[in-house]
Amino acid sequence: MLKVEDLNVYYGNIHALKGVSLEINEGEIVTLIGANGAGKSTLLKTISGLLKPKQGKIIFEGKSITAKAAQTIVKQGISHVPEGRRVFANMTVEENLQLGAYLRKDKKGIKQDMEMVYDLFPRLLERLKQQAGTLSGGEQQMLAMGRALMAKPRLLLLDEPSMGLAPLLVKTIFRIIEEINVTGTTVLLVEQNANLALSIADRAYVVETGRIVLSGNAEELTSSEKVKMAYLGGN
Amino acid sequence: MEIIQQLVNGISLGSIYALIALGYTMVYGIVKLINFAHGDVFMVGSFVGFYSITFLHLSFFPALILSMVACALFGVLIERIAYKPLRNATRIAALITAIGVSLLIENGMIFFRGAQLEAYPNDILPTNKINLLGVTVESKSLLILGVSVALMIILQFVVHKTKIGKAMRAVSHDAEAAKLMGINVNNTISATFAIGSSLAGAAGVIFGTYYYKIEPLMGVIPGLKAFVAAVLGGIGIIPGAMVGGLLLGVIESLVSAAGGSLWRDGVAFIVLILILIFMPQGIFGKNKREKV
Repeated sequence: MLKVEDLNVYYGNIHALKGVSLEINEGEIVTLIGANGAGKSTLLKTISGLLKPKQGKIIFEGKSITAKAAQTIVKQGISHVPEGRRVFANMTVEENLQLGAYLRKDKKGIKQDMEMVYDLFPRLLERLKQQAGTLSGGEQQMLAMGRALMAKPRLLLLDEPSMGLAPLLVKTIFRIIEEINVTGTTVLLVEQNANLALSIADRAYVVETGRIVLSGNAEELTSSEKVKMAYLGGN
Repeated sequence: MEIIQQLVNGISLGSIYALIALGYTMVYGIVKLINFAHGDVFMVGSFVGFYSITFLHLSFFPALILSMVACALFGVLIERIAYKPLRNATRIAALITAIGVSLLIENGMIFFRGAQLEAYPNDILPTNKINLLGVTVESKSLLILGVSVALMIILQFVVHKTKIGKAMRAVSHDAEAAKLMGINVNNTISATFAIGSSLAGAAGVIFGTYYYKIEPLMGVIPGLKAFVAAVLGGIGIIPGAMVGGLLLGVIESLVSAAGGSLWRDGVAFIVLILILIFMPQGIFGKNKREKV
């Protein structure tokens, strides 16, 4: 479904991604694990068109989306839930969700998807007319995810959905990610909590200083000594 | 009754400031730029209105609409040529460019048509005296006030209920997140300039109808005062610009009424200094807080 080939991205003179290649198949949950600053968010931002690569290719469903504008990529079916939620704090929950469907014209479908989002996140329905800035961190994460789903993506990019959330809430969020996946949305998940990410993922890539150093089935990686040592806190 | 008469004058003047201030505040909200050329768009709008009325023999409303359309296009042109290439430059570079654009428009106007005054005909709008609860008000003032208020209501509707309005608010809050929604940030910024400039154009025609005399440097002082109004209300906040404009107009009129006509222009800037010292976020401004 998504194929990234030899991607090189720079921030000014800093070489942030050094020849990253990966592949995501339809229906999978794939996770990127790695330390802070390894380049995980950079990769997501490059896929969703916020950053332009210096070299390499990104192919989505057979079409090149390399260096395309963000709005084109959303239209093609990729939604990105950015790190730190980035909800529109000065707008209501409902308006945030409407903005998620910005490029869509099918009023009926939008309405149906709104219902779908409320089913997934009943809390949002309770807070529909509330300003997004007044929501708790967990609710903002739900809103950011709901907003991304409103674009009806076939591939959902999630950046650190568990950041700053209470453990119980993290569990809820991850259960919902699985639910979203089951209903047919492919997921690329960036997560520092490697244990949790591997527990719901089919496959994983380990990113270190801009390179992919390891990849494989989630189970294989969970039991790999190297991953255990570096990311799972085991010995 | 004198005081009420002055209040009415102040509100009329204030509604002109408010219309100009809206453009300042909307543009600041979305690109964090004080567009110092905005007062000159107001001047151009006034001239477009003047020529529409004198040469094209249009009446008030068609002239108003023509001027708004012309200014909307002019505003987008300024943005695309002068500001867009500086989107990622330092703010001071964009600010200096804005001052440069302002000088270019003023002197361009003088170059093409000369610096002489022009006067709006005084029969564009009916000037009956109306007696309202013992206060004599010109019907023209009421009509002008009505037009200003109607434009502000339309603006509120556009910003809050339409798709482009929501996109504008989204971009002004977080341009990158807006991109992830599929919003075309460049087009949204252009739309903001178009709407803000069209309001300045409307203000220009209203100004001409109300005060008659127009000239190429007429935008400087109202432009600066509208900037004060925008800061007074809280820069970047739309209702703030409306309230700030009206308040400033009323303050000026009351100062004139109290016998300080010569202080009229000074007062606006005293207000600016006081606001910046004691309440830099403005009347409607909030101290920003972030949630993790």
